[in-house]
Amino acid sequence: MLSLINLTKKYDSLTAVNGINLDIEDGEFFGLLGPNGAGKTTTVRMISTMTPITSGDIIINHESMDRNRAAVKNKIGVVPQHNNLENEMTAWENLEVHGIIYNMPKALRRKRIDEMLDFTELTGRKNDLVGKYSGGMKRKLMIARALLHEPEILLLDEPTVGLDASARRKMWDLLKNLKNDGLTVLLTTHYIEEAEVLCDRVGLINGGTLAELDSPQNLIKKVGKFTVENFTNGETKEEFFETRGEAVAYAAKLEGSINIRSSNLEDVFLKLTNRRVES
Amino acid sequence: MSALYGLLWQEYILFKRKFWSTTIGAMVSPTLFLIAFGWGLGNGMQVEGRSYMEFVIPGIIAMNTMLVSFSNSSNSIHIARIYYKTFEEYMVAPINMLVFTLGKVMAGAFYGVYSAILILILTSVFTGVHDVTPYFFVITLLNCFVFSAGGFLAGLLIKSHGDMAKFSNFIITPMSFLCGTFFSIEKMPKVLQCLIQILPLTHASLGLRSAGEEAAGMVLHIGVLVGYFVVLFIAAARYCKTAE
Repeated sequence: MLSLINLTKKYDSLTAVNGINLDIEDGEFFGLLGPNGAGKTTTVRMISTMTPITSGDIIINHESMDRNRAAVKNKIGVVPQHNNLENEMTAWENLEVHGIIYNMPKALRRKRIDEMLDFTELTGRKNDLVGKYSGGMKRKLMIARALLHEPEILLLDEPTVGLDASARRKMWDLLKNLKNDGLTVLLTTHYIEEAEVLCDRVGLINGGTLAELDSPQNLIKKVGKFTVENFTNGETKEEFFETRGEAVAYAAKLEGSINIRSSNLEDVFLKLTNRRVES
Repeated sequence: MSALYGLLWQEYILFKRKFWSTTIGAMVSPTLFLIAFGWGLGNGMQVEGRSYMEFVIPGIIAMNTMLVSFSNSSNSIHIARIYYKTFEEYMVAPINMLVFTLGKVMAGAFYGVYSAILILILTSVFTGVHDVTPYFFVITLLNCFVFSAGGFLAGLLIKSHGDMAKFSNFIITPMSFLCGTFFSIEKMPKVLQCLIQILPLTHASLGLRSAGEEAAGMVLHIGVLVGYFVVLFIAAARYCKTAE
């Protein structure tokens, strides 16, 4: 289990993450959803030990980061938002270096490299320089690398940002396989659909605090399953309803352009924070 | 030690991949200095009782190993930190930052030693084989380690690529020309000599030319270089632990 206890990060006068408390269960696929600058990446960077914590603690399967940083590092795999592979090395070489640094015995290392290349469908390109890879392939290789040392928790920071629609779908399939394998995953994203498709639970983060925390279905239920969008006087207003009948009845009274649709996490976020996620 | 092996193996792969550009690149600057100062400006000159070419070769080796070690180490870490973000891979890994610092400093120093070997090969073609004593080798190695550690620290301290120019302009370039590389420091004003005497490159240059020097002087050169290395390495390792 991953526990964040009153996790706080301050940069001078700016509080990037403000006292987040969160428990992520074993085997759970958890999403931190929020707009750019909400504190998602800072939270992941603190969990991955890249950014020092101002106050609070992180506990991963009974190991406190405050007390045993090295043990925590062995338990996590990290896929950062940007490519941090060595472009002048092949995929195989990148994985080999990672395995050596994580002190994996040679036989196990080589076996896991083959497995991970197979899992990410990169076996055929394993001897190509990473610099020649597409964005999607680089992202897959970063996941392979993060999983190589068999971490207990995988941290994915915006894993599909910058990918085209097709590559994003393929990445989702890969991530669904991880979910089916029962790996504990913490994913940050500002893509609504990604959170809805992949996550068991979602934390809506805004201004460094958790605004709401529940399954995507329950969060949507809280605002209403149907949204009426009304574009009038140069702006769009949304209203939320429990049933389609209520939405239709309300829409009948409106003027201007009207759209009735199923609610999504963007609507939940908008209602709770008056901000859009994908802004 | 597994992490250190991993770091060095990675550097070996990168060196192998960039072998020709590294090799040719490391030879351009010393070749130009040899032509300009050795055969051009200094042809027929005598300095400290020897030909200018004999005088200047150790100076060029000291200067070039400094430049190559410093730039490789500093570029490696600041590019990894600021541009390619590969430094993050080591920050999240269960690797001691002391080991990481050692690996990167060793790699930077290796490039310096490699450039020294190239200069010796290059000069042997034109002036005959240079006498490489164990002391000569130790001084070269120490010089490489000092400036590799300095480059690593500089690479950690800078906030942007432009900041690196400050280290080059205010530290590396003045040392290149003032520390007895191209002329004897005895020609310098006394006040300046005092300052120059405490700089590491001065002791590298003097050490490489120290054939016939008293033992105390030879030990002093080693002592100064070891001192600089220890201070810079500890500072780099400590700063590396707090680098974000």
